[in-house]
Amino acid sequence: MTDIQYLVPRTLDEAIGAYAAAGSAARILAGGTDLLVQMRAGAVRPGLIVDIKNIAETTGIEQTADGGFRVGAAVSGAVLYEHPAFGKAWPGVLEALNLIGSTQVQGRASLGGNLCNGSPAGDSVPALVAAGAIANLQGPDGSRTLAVEDVPAGPGRTNLKPGEIVVSFTLPPRPAGSGDAYLRMIPRTEMDIAVVGVGVNLTIANGTCTAARVGLGAVAPTVLRVKDAEKALIGSKLDDAALDAAAAACSAACNPIDDKRGTIAYRTKVAGVLLKRTAGIAADRARGA
Amino acid sequence: MAKIHVSTTINGDPTEFLCEPYETMLDVLRNELELTGSKEGCGSGDCGACSITLDGRLVCSCLMLAAEADGHEIGTIEGMANGETLHPLQQKFLEMAALQCGICTPGMLVAAKSLLEQNPDPSETEVRYWLAGNLCRCTGYHNIVKSVLSTAAEMRGAAQ
Repeated sequence: MTDIQYLVPRTLDEAIGAYAAAGSAARILAGGTDLLVQMRAGAVRPGLIVDIKNIAETTGIEQTADGGFRVGAAVSGAVLYEHPAFGKAWPGVLEALNLIGSTQVQGRASLGGNLCNGSPAGDSVPALVAAGAIANLQGPDGSRTLAVEDVPAGPGRTNLKPGEIVVSFTLPPRPAGSGDAYLRMIPRTEMDIAVVGVGVNLTIANGTCTAARVGLGAVAPTVLRVKDAEKALIGSKLDDAALDAAAAACSAACNPIDDKRGTIAYRTKVAGVLLKRTAGIAADRARGA
Repeated sequence: MAKIHVSTTINGDPTEFLCEPYETMLDVLRNELELTGSKEGCGSGDCGACSITLDGRLVCSCLMLAAEADGHEIGTIEGMANGETLHPLQQKFLEMAALQCGICTPGMLVAAKSLLEQNPDPSETEVRYWLAGNLCRCTGYHNIVKSVLSTAAEMRGAAQ
């Protein structure tokens, strides 16, 4: 590991130039809560580490002119928690990010890192998918956007092009009567990896669900957006029949693994149960309860 | 490859060191700066024995590159007591037998101090969640949690 280089660029262009030039041996360092563990295990031997925590675009939190938010990819869970407005608009996204690891990990772990680590069980990803968040990317060929659900390509892999990084996330403005929530199933109360994770984002007008997005984690090679569950909720009063249909759609979308945390059958069943519970919390928040 | 020159502040003292790009803050604290209070338990951010503060925020020093300290402020267990006078948390840990082997203790204290700075009146549940990333295999946590709550009460009383 003696040929390794560490760089702290002050601009995006400088970061991307160095990152792209170093090719596949380069790694982006945001909070480092995955990268340093992988380096220590010998799973990753970067030739270049590009620390993106000194760049305005990757570390800022701003409310956009239309009432949405733009959150830098390297913003830590603790910093986002302390933002005066973000958690009121997007409590589900915030609780998902804040579920990752310990207080210590929250001081460092970021939305960008959680997404780019490519784990199907990353807690913040289903919540971002449910929120309709857009990943703002920049690479050697310029900038583009991808819906968050289109970023993961498989366990540990993303659809980013060589030299491309996630700069920030754009969350859309909130219509009146909107609420989001995230729940995960773990065998203990803290410090574990999701067996199933569900993010739900709802808008309710006059008792009817007018918009819904559902993100589902830890039950397939990538986090999923479950459009069939959304269809079951939209237009309904969020009654038992609609919730049953949405739960069935989540279970049907599952393509999980068997492991020590949960069997295929268990994960598939729990996906439906969690959908109902998460939708209930999102609905309460949408109604201002 | 040349080593990286880092200028930082540790427990209020301006400090400079040289490090390799891959070295963690914990490596440098223990091996270069002889600040061996921070312990290495797991090296993967699970146990919290290496807890320090970075610009006042609680982090695992094993999950941070030493090079990242450049221009920032580090706080370690060595900065907790005021000379020979123990911090109230340290004193309470002794009085209430909140440690046995002692490996987790520096991390517990640094984490607990960080909690009380943010929240001078935490509930037992808040203490337990805040310290969930600090593992102790000896005490069963009971006396640790009791000590933190008791110190918080004492410090609130002293502040009045």
